[in-house]
Amino acid sequence: MTVLGVNLRNWETWGTILVGIAMVVLLFAGPHIFDLFLLFKVTLFVAMAILALSMGFIWGYGGILCFGQSAFYGLGAYTYAIAVGNIGESTAPFLLAIVVPGAFAALLGYFVFYGRLSDVYLAVVTLAVTLILYNFMRSTAGEEYVIGAQRLMGFNGISSIQPINWPGDGSAWLLPDEIFHLAMFCLIACYFGLKLLNRSHFGRVAVAIRENELRAELLGYDVRLHKLQTFTIGGAMAGLAGCLGVNFNSFVNPDVFALNFAAEIIMWTLIGGLGTLVGPMIGCIGLLMLKFEIGQQQITNTYLIFGGIIMLFVLLVPAGLLPTARQLGERYLPMLRADGAGDGRGREAAQ
Amino acid sequence: MTDAATETTSGTATGQTAGAVPILETHGLTMRFGGVVAVDDVDFSMAEGELRCLIGPNGAGKSTFFKCLTHQYKASAGRVRFRGTDITGSHTYQIARRGIGIKTQVPSVFDGLSVHENIWVAARRHHGRREANRIVDEILERLRLEGHARRVVGQLAHGERQRVELGTVLTGEPELILLDEPTAGMTHEEVNQTTDLIREINRTTSLIVVEHDMQFIKAIAERVTVFHQGAILIEDTMANLEKNQQVRDIYLGKQHAA
Ligand SMILES: Nc1ncnc2c1ncn2[C@@H]1O[C@H](COP(=O)(O)OP(=O)(O)OP(=O)(O)O)[C@@H](O)[C@H]1O
Ligand SMILES: [Mg+2]
Repeated sequence: MTVLGVNLRNWETWGTILVGIAMVVLLFAGPHIFDLFLLFKVTLFVAMAILALSMGFIWGYGGILCFGQSAFYGLGAYTYAIAVGNIGESTAPFLLAIVVPGAFAALLGYFVFYGRLSDVYLAVVTLAVTLILYNFMRSTAGEEYVIGAQRLMGFNGISSIQPINWPGDGSAWLLPDEIFHLAMFCLIACYFGLKLLNRSHFGRVAVAIRENELRAELLGYDVRLHKLQTFTIGGAMAGLAGCLGVNFNSFVNPDVFALNFAAEIIMWTLIGGLGTLVGPMIGCIGLLMLKFEIGQQQITNTYLIFGGIIMLFVLLVPAGLLPTARQLGERYLPMLRADGAGDGRGREAAQ
Repeated sequence: MTDAATETTSGTATGQTAGAVPILETHGLTMRFGGVVAVDDVDFSMAEGELRCLIGPNGAGKSTFFKCLTHQYKASAGRVRFRGTDITGSHTYQIARRGIGIKTQVPSVFDGLSVHENIWVAARRHHGRREANRIVDEILERLRLEGHARRVVGQLAHGERQRVELGTVLTGEPELILLDEPTAGMTHEEVNQTTDLIREINRTTSLIVVEHDMQFIKAIAERVTVFHQGAILIEDTMANLEKNQQVRDIYLGKQHAA
């Protein structure tokens, strides 16, 4: 049963349609069902979900384990803050917050992939870069650290960052519900953009490279270039997330480069499920909600709980939530069987 | 890397006419791993359209020779020429694009993807979407894999995975195919089918086949190159090699005893 090239007897097709409907409903209903405080929070969640998508893409599909995906988020956030502090109109800063982290990812990726460093090195190098950025940004409190008109403010962070405005009019700032709409729109665009990309030649090759780099090379694919492109797309998307993230509370500080945050992104992806796009988003929202909850109770340390959760998952649900749900669904609802696409399988958590 | 710049003048040694340029040539090809010389000063040459068999005991350097040809290993010394063009410094993917396909000794496939996707990814590198789909169907039929099209390759038997790998190689219609132990792990019937398949491929393509199965080699071989301790020991027809005492000692004798 195929309509317009889309297989309707496929678990994944229905999943995509459902997710799409849910996101569009949220896009329009959000400002009506959430009060202002909640709307801010949900906007942050949406930005984080874009970050989770970027990680789910490069790791789950591209097979690239980047331990410092948060660095691109942080770069996007700081780029926006610094650029808007100088320019005052947000269109160029918004675009720069995508381009600068993307370019940085390309540069980093160039050294790692063209230097033929192993996968473990990429994880180590990206983590090291993140921690260097953390320590550097923390040390920029002095007045000498200034880019144009914008001081970097060190560990205090940059506050009162001007929000995104309607393109062309630097004084027409977006209202909270408009920023929510924008974030939601970006999330939907990223999700469906990645869906299309994954179905394209480029996306199929990315997965093939994840499965076997040597075979991809032996068939004539330039693996280094391909991984570089995948990594750059992920970096740019994380930058976009960072830009939307600072618009949630007009504030950014060096904690975006902290080890905690870097590790959280890995946890979202592992818990939600590698090799899916929705999985990392679910993992992200779930853990963020839990974190807020624990933070309010103030009875125990957040990361103690997170550590316990990740251990439970590695032991009990190693494939992650979504792939496991899909396996169960395929077992008990056999009419919705994925048509052999390999990335429907859960991937080993250790990979 | 431009083709024209690296065009060679080696034609003088091997004959002037274009038709006489060997499809593959190596000069002094050497691969050392620390103290081990896995490939030792190999001068190899084969003509276009040839089906060459490569035999030799375990550890003779056959697989390493293939890996040097496809630049999976960077040779310690020596040159490789493909259809008169020096490809010694080319990357693996560039060599593949020039028209050398390889089936490795340990099957190298995309284990997590379906049979169909494996071959599609290979075919799509050369062709548009529609043409790629057509070629996938053609290859699936040719390799009798239609029944397995939607199955994940990692779950198939060894012999079937070998066929999938060969399928991915065939999509690009390479001009030279290197087969490293294509019948390993195959049933008797599969070996016979592979024999026919290799003969059929050889109608349009040059081949180098590494094998241990002597029955199989006798069935397909024209000319056989014997590797021993990284070097070419002798090159002759199978019938002559069977009479050769030196070859029997280092290779055939051991095989029969084993
Ligand atoms: N990566 C490597 N590092 C060190 N030594 C190696 C490496 N690869 C191969 N060798 C050595 O090179 C020699 C040739 O190995 P090779 O695999 O090419 O033999 P072969 O003729 O293919 O044998 P077989 O018939 O068992 O496949 C062996 O002594 C092997 O131990
Ligand atoms: Mg071998």
